[in-house]
Amino acid sequence: MANFTKATSVKDWLNQRLAIEKVEKVMASEYWIPKNINFLWAMGMILAVLFTLLVISGIFLLMYYQPNVDTAFVSVNYTIMSEVDFGWLWRHIHAVASSVTFLIIYIHMFTAIYYGSYKKGREMIWVTGMLLFITFSAEAFSGYMLPWGQMSYWAGMVITNIFSLGDLQFNGLVEWIRGDYVPGQAFLNRFFMLHVFLLPLAIMGLIGLHFAALRIPHVNNQDGEEIDFEAESKKYLDGDKKGSKVMRFANDFMSKDIMVLAIFLIFFFYLVFFHYTFALDPVNLDPADGLVTPAHIYPEWYFLWSYEILRPFSVNIGLIAFGFAQVIFLLLPWLDRSPNTVPASRRGLFKYWFWLMLGNMIALTALGKLPPEGMYSTLGLISALLFIVMWLALPFITKNEKKA
Amino acid sequence: MKELKILAVVIFFTLVTYWLVEPYAHGVMHKQVDSKQFAYSDLDEATKGVMSKKGDATRGKDLVVNGGCTGCHSITVADIPATMDAVTAASSYGVNPPDLSNSGVVYDAKFLAALIKNPAQALKVEHKFTPESGKMHPMVPFYGMGGDIDQEVADMIAYFQSIAVSQDELTPEMAYENACARCHSMKYLNWTELGPKPSFKTEIESLTYDLKVLEYQDSLKAYMGKLPPDLSMQALARGETRARNFIEDPQSYLEGTAMPRVGVNAQSAEKIITYMFDSADPKREQRDTIGTYVIYFSILLAILAILWKKEVWRDLK
Repeated sequence: MANFTKATSVKDWLNQRLAIEKVEKVMASEYWIPKNINFLWAMGMILAVLFTLLVISGIFLLMYYQPNVDTAFVSVNYTIMSEVDFGWLWRHIHAVASSVTFLIIYIHMFTAIYYGSYKKGREMIWVTGMLLFITFSAEAFSGYMLPWGQMSYWAGMVITNIFSLGDLQFNGLVEWIRGDYVPGQAFLNRFFMLHVFLLPLAIMGLIGLHFAALRIPHVNNQDGEEIDFEAESKKYLDGDKKGSKVMRFANDFMSKDIMVLAIFLIFFFYLVFFHYTFALDPVNLDPADGLVTPAHIYPEWYFLWSYEILRPFSVNIGLIAFGFAQVIFLLLPWLDRSPNTVPASRRGLFKYWFWLMLGNMIALTALGKLPPEGMYSTLGLISALLFIVMWLALPFITKNEKKA
Repeated sequence: MKELKILAVVIFFTLVTYWLVEPYAHGVMHKQVDSKQFAYSDLDEATKGVMSKKGDATRGKDLVVNGGCTGCHSITVADIPATMDAVTAASSYGVNPPDLSNSGVVYDAKFLAALIKNPAQALKVEHKFTPESGKMHPMVPFYGMGGDIDQEVADMIAYFQSIAVSQDELTPEMAYENACARCHSMKYLNWTELGPKPSFKTEIESLTYDLKVLEYQDSLKAYMGKLPPDLSMQALARGETRARNFIEDPQSYLEGTAMPRVGVNAQSAEKIITYMFDSADPKREQRDTIGTYVIYFSILLAILAILWKKEVWRDLK
C-alpha cells in the first residue's frame, strides 16, 4: 500500500490520492503541440464543444419529448416550441448543432487528408475518427426519426429497407430492425433508445479513444516537419519559449483554440437564431402519414453524397457501391502507399486527387438532393463512378510518388 | 496572411455546398409561381359591369335580405341569425356557409362581385361542378331582382362594406376565422372546424362537442374529398411565399385541388399569414430579440479571446 502522509493542503490531499499534478501535466501543461499549425487544428475543440451543446440541449429536450407515435410530433412542434419557456432555443441549438457538427467533421476529415495526418503512427487517430463519423451518422439518423414528421417516417422506411440487401431479400431482417412491417411504435421506441442512450455512450467512449490515440504520435503540423518532441519540449522548459518548435497545450495552444471557437460561435449563434431553417426541413413539419408519400424524399445534407452513390445504379449494384463508400474512407491509411507525410500541395498526383475528391463529394452532395431526372441523373452516375474509380486508383497514383 | 487564405478556401467550399443543396435544389424541386398581387385579373371581364357602378348600401340591404342571401348566411352585426346550426348546415351544403358581417373587409370587392354572380367561377372550382358531374355548387348564383343586375350586385357589395369593421380593426384572428376556419382546424391555437373549442366543466359536454366536430368533419370529407389539413404548422411547413401564393390561388400549386380560391384581399392575406405564424412560430419576436443580444455577446467574447491569445503568444513567437 502506498505511503500516505498527513495532507498539508487540499491540493496535496488530492495529489496523494489522484495524482492531479501528474494528470494535469500529461493532459495539459506538458502535452506538447507543434507551433507550426493553423486554425484548422482547432476543429477538434469545436467538435467537443458542439457535442457538449448537443448533450446539454438534448437533456432539456428529453424532459418534454414523448416517444409515442400519437404525441411525438405535438410534443416537439407544440409543447417544446410554444409552451416550454425557451424550448425553441434548445431545439434550435440541437438541430443546428447536429448539422454544423457534420460540417466541422467534414472540414476536420479533409484537413487530415490534405496534411496526411493519418500516416506514420497516426493510423489509429484516423480509424477512431472514422468510427466516430459512423457513430455520429447513426446518432443523427436515429435523432431524425424522433419528431415523427413525414421525412422521419419516410427516411426511416427507405433507410431500413436497405437492410433487405436487394435480391438477397432479407425482409425478415428489415422487420426485425423495425419491430413491425412498417415504421411504428416499436420502431420509434428503439430509435429513441439508440439516440438518447446507446449511441451517445458509444460516442463518448470513442471520443476518449480518439484523444488517447493522439497522445503518443502527437498532432501533425502544417509542413509535415518531423519534430523531436523530447528535445523541443526540453528547450521550452529550459526557458527558450521562442526558439522551441513546440508549445504547451494549456494555455498556449488552448488560447488559440478558444479564439477560433469564439469566432466560430458568432457564426453558430447566427445560424441558431436567424438562419435555422436549413436544419429543420420543412417536409418534416408535416406529421408522419403512412398513406401520403412526399414528392421528394432526401436525407439531411450530410448524408447526400453517400445517398447519391446508392441511387444511380440498379438495386444490387447500388448497394455494393454504397457499402464500398461506407468503408473506404476507413482504409485510407493503407490505400495511400506513399511514405510522404506532407501537405497535398507537395505530393504530385495526390494534389489533384485531393481537390478532385473534394469537388466530387460536393457534386455528389448536390446531386443527392436534386431530383434524379434528365441531366442530374446522368451527372449523378458519372460522379458516383468517378468516386469509386478514384478510390481504386489511389494506391497506384501514390505508389510511385517521389520523396517530398 | 496564410490562415486567412485557408479560411477563404473553407468558406468558399462551404458556401458552394450550401447554395447547391438549399436555394438551388429547392428551386428545382418546387414549382415557381408568380404572384399576381391579389389582382384577380381573370375576373375583370365578368365583373366589368359591376365595378363601373357606384353601389348604394341602403338598397343593398334590401337586396341582401330579400334576394335570398340570408336563407343560408347569417349576418350577426345586423341581427340576422343563421337558419341552422353549423353541423346541420354542413350536412346540407357540405360546409357551413360563412357569416357575412365582415365579408366586405376580408374579401376583395371584385371577387365578391364575381362570387355573387357565378360562385364556381370566382372560387375556381368549375372542374368540380361540370355539367357531366351533374353537381351544382351549393351557393346559388344571384340572377337579379328585376333591375340592372350589375347595379344590384354593386349595391349588395356596398352594403357588406358598410357593415364590416374597418381594415384597421380587422385582427389576424378575424381574417383567419372568416376565410379559413370553416374547413381547416388549427389545433395549436385551439381551433376546430366549428371554431375555438370552449372549456367545458364535464367530460360529457366536452365529448359531445368533439362528436359534433366529427360529424361536421364527415360532411366536409364528403364535400372536399378528404379532410382539409390542419393549419397549425403550415406557415413553416410551406413557407411564407408559398402560403401567400396558395391563398391567392390554390390551383396554381395544386391543379385540380378541391380547395376553392377564397378571394381575400392583399391586406387580409397578410393577416391570415400572420395568424398562421402565430400558431407555427409563436416565439419569433423573442427569438429575434434574444438572438441579437447573443450575437453581441459572442462578438465581445471573440474580441476578448483574440486579445488573450495575443497575450499568450507574445512569449512564443
